[in-house]
Amino acid sequence: MAEAQALRKAVECGVPDNDKYMHPTLLKNRGNWKYHDRPRPGVLHHVSHSGDQVWSVRAGTQRQMDTHTIRKLCDIAEQYAEGFVRFTIRSNIEYIVADQKKVDPLIAKLEGEGFPVGGTGNSVTMVAHTQGWLHCDIPGTDASGVVKSMMDQLYDEFKNEQMPNRVHLSTSCCEINCGGQADLAVIIQHTKPPKINHDLVANVCERPAVVARCPVAAIRPALVNGKPSLEVDEKKCICCGACYPPCPPMQINDPEHSKLAIWVGGKNSNARGKPTFMKMVASGLPNNAPRWPEVNEVVGRILRTYKADARPWERMADWIDRIGWPRFFEKTGLPFTKYLIDDWRGSRANLNASNHVRF
Amino acid sequence: MAKPMHPTPNLDQLETGPWPSFVTGLKRLAKDKDYVVDVLGHLEHSYQTRKGYWKGGTVGVRGYGGGIIPRFTEIKDEAGQPVFKDAAEFHTLRVMPPPGMHYDTATLRQFCDIWDKYGSGLIALHGQSGDIMMQGCTTENVQKAWDEINEMGFDLGGAGPAVRTSMSCVGAARCEQSCYDEAKAHKAVINSFLDDIHRPALPYKFKFKFSGCGNDCMNAIQRSDMAVIGTWRDNIRTDDELGKKWFARHGMNELINDVVSRCPTKALQIKDAGAVRKDAHISAVALDGKQCLEIDNKDCVRCMHCINVMTGALAPGKDKGASILVGGKSHLKIGGLMGTLVVPFMKLETEEDREKLVELAQSIIDFFAENALEHERTGEMIERIGLVNFLEGIGLDVDAHMINTPRTNPYVRTDGWDEEVAKIEARKKAAA
Repeated sequence: MAEAQALRKAVECGVPDNDKYMHPTLLKNRGNWKYHDRPRPGVLHHVSHSGDQVWSVRAGTQRQMDTHTIRKLCDIAEQYAEGFVRFTIRSNIEYIVADQKKVDPLIAKLEGEGFPVGGTGNSVTMVAHTQGWLHCDIPGTDASGVVKSMMDQLYDEFKNEQMPNRVHLSTSCCEINCGGQADLAVIIQHTKPPKINHDLVANVCERPAVVARCPVAAIRPALVNGKPSLEVDEKKCICCGACYPPCPPMQINDPEHSKLAIWVGGKNSNARGKPTFMKMVASGLPNNAPRWPEVNEVVGRILRTYKADARPWERMADWIDRIGWPRFFEKTGLPFTKYLIDDWRGSRANLNASNHVRF
Repeated sequence: MAKPMHPTPNLDQLETGPWPSFVTGLKRLAKDKDYVVDVLGHLEHSYQTRKGYWKGGTVGVRGYGGGIIPRFTEIKDEAGQPVFKDAAEFHTLRVMPPPGMHYDTATLRQFCDIWDKYGSGLIALHGQSGDIMMQGCTTENVQKAWDEINEMGFDLGGAGPAVRTSMSCVGAARCEQSCYDEAKAHKAVINSFLDDIHRPALPYKFKFKFSGCGNDCMNAIQRSDMAVIGTWRDNIRTDDELGKKWFARHGMNELINDVVSRCPTKALQIKDAGAVRKDAHISAVALDGKQCLEIDNKDCVRCMHCINVMTGALAPGKDKGASILVGGKSHLKIGGLMGTLVVPFMKLETEEDREKLVELAQSIIDFFAENALEHERTGEMIERIGLVNFLEGIGLDVDAHMINTPRTNPYVRTDGWDEEVAKIEARKKAAA
């Protein structure tokens, strides 16, 4: 019997049908919704062409959840909602109810258990959250702690809809940028070339593959202390860390010299202008665990300036488009340094080829 | 009762403040599990020294080459033994969620039961590729946990140079802006590439994402090699009753400042009710008895802004489908790339429509598998070989929707011009 169990063959079932996991009113009205409104922050009210209605109550979670927390969320779904939940791309949980009377008690219960209700419309919603020190093999910083610190600071902005438009945040623990494009992103920016452990390179790294990874061709094979290894042309090196995942002896992470950078103006939506990439506006911030106060100061400053100055429906990118970059730096008080002028491929498209100047 | 906790002065500071604390959750698990006591010690060590200490390796389940993210501790004592021995192995199972991430509580509870039994009890909902991440498992327990998860009807996602787990928005299940059944398209595509998910053999990762409209809630355009983004061909639908309701509440200033002037292609105008144009591509919604908002649907790019502001008063048309964009990716190696439009519109209503989507995906993946360099994403490959070579490789005709502007330099050999014109004329004739 033990042997039969050990030989169980995987059923390659793929993605399951979602019908059986979906609230029955959603299933019934699938593809037939007419409009929605938001009765209050954290609540979406959808109306179907059939006349059916649902209320979705959205709450923030820590994403990295222990089973006790998940069971607590399930208890709430069973006692105060109708037993069905879904998660958003930003790790918020949504409870779906077809009875409006359940909305207020559900909100009270969620808030009472410490899950903030919000994250809808023109709020600051939960950070797109990566792995960091908790589980990643190449992280320059943590993700969960950065997210916790940021969301503690932005708690009221999550629970209210007081921003000009929605604000999406992300964090990334290396320059691969797993967190993705966002209105405001916090990303590791290494400032020193990798420190190479030449004793290990030959055994651990496939050297030609490592050479090929470098975006600026700064890595070449070399014989160091009689052993085949790799060397880095430190004048060419842009400290991106691309060599580190395929070759861990090329240590890029440094407790002091791996800094944090802030990027703004990324937008995936096609609404109004085309989607935009975010741009680096600050760097050199210390990797100051456990609460990253210097990062939070800059994040708070940018968001407060945006909140005070942008017009309704302007995302971060739309706002900066209107006011221009010089005024962005002026209003936020962030220094515009030479490192923010693009010199990567295609960079001339990012220079001002006009005499458009705001005075 | 588990063994005593390691001191965690740094992590303790993450238990204060109003946002839900992952540290509090881990400590709760640590009451019963030596495993999590050591996970907390391990993480505290990272906080103190500001470095990560997990390394990869090779751990898998029978029959699959991916789906498990192996992690072994690098915090060792002088004798080479793990300092946090109960957390010496901390592997993750990536499990593909139902499209739209819908769950009944019984299913979530079942995941919890399995993970209390075999794993750390820590589950991330969800990872940045969309996986349910069952975090923290020993090598010995990986297969056992997987067997039970698989019995539930769930499957492992991708890792390494493979097709990856996908995400689709809530879409048709609850959103009036949905332009196709995202969940059905998601399932049809992903379940056609299970071999490429479970047995990584591509040059590098390949991601699909499914968004029901141009709001692109799944961030498909910059996070996927093949993005399926909903749109429609006919006119924006209008509802006079909801239009009047909106106008009564928001007024002319908001209409002009927030709607009309924010239209990226100037497709909106305010007209007296009698002056609305009668052409077939014009739609209009009443504001009050006198004035209407007129939309020239030939100029509209389906950006979604006016529909977002005036939900219900304005809505996507009825002739719905999706645009396909290829080559989105993040920073490394050549910098971030947005997807490029390669199919302006395809219907996605029937099984046959979805089969065509799968066929397109198959031809793109086949071309990628044969032509990309090692560790090169689809967008990087297109940048290297040019869009035209890519299109010819996958059998798509060029289309002026694919560009922002035509070429701005003369550096191209054009001695095939007449033949290309003849081909275009022949296609036009065949289509007529």
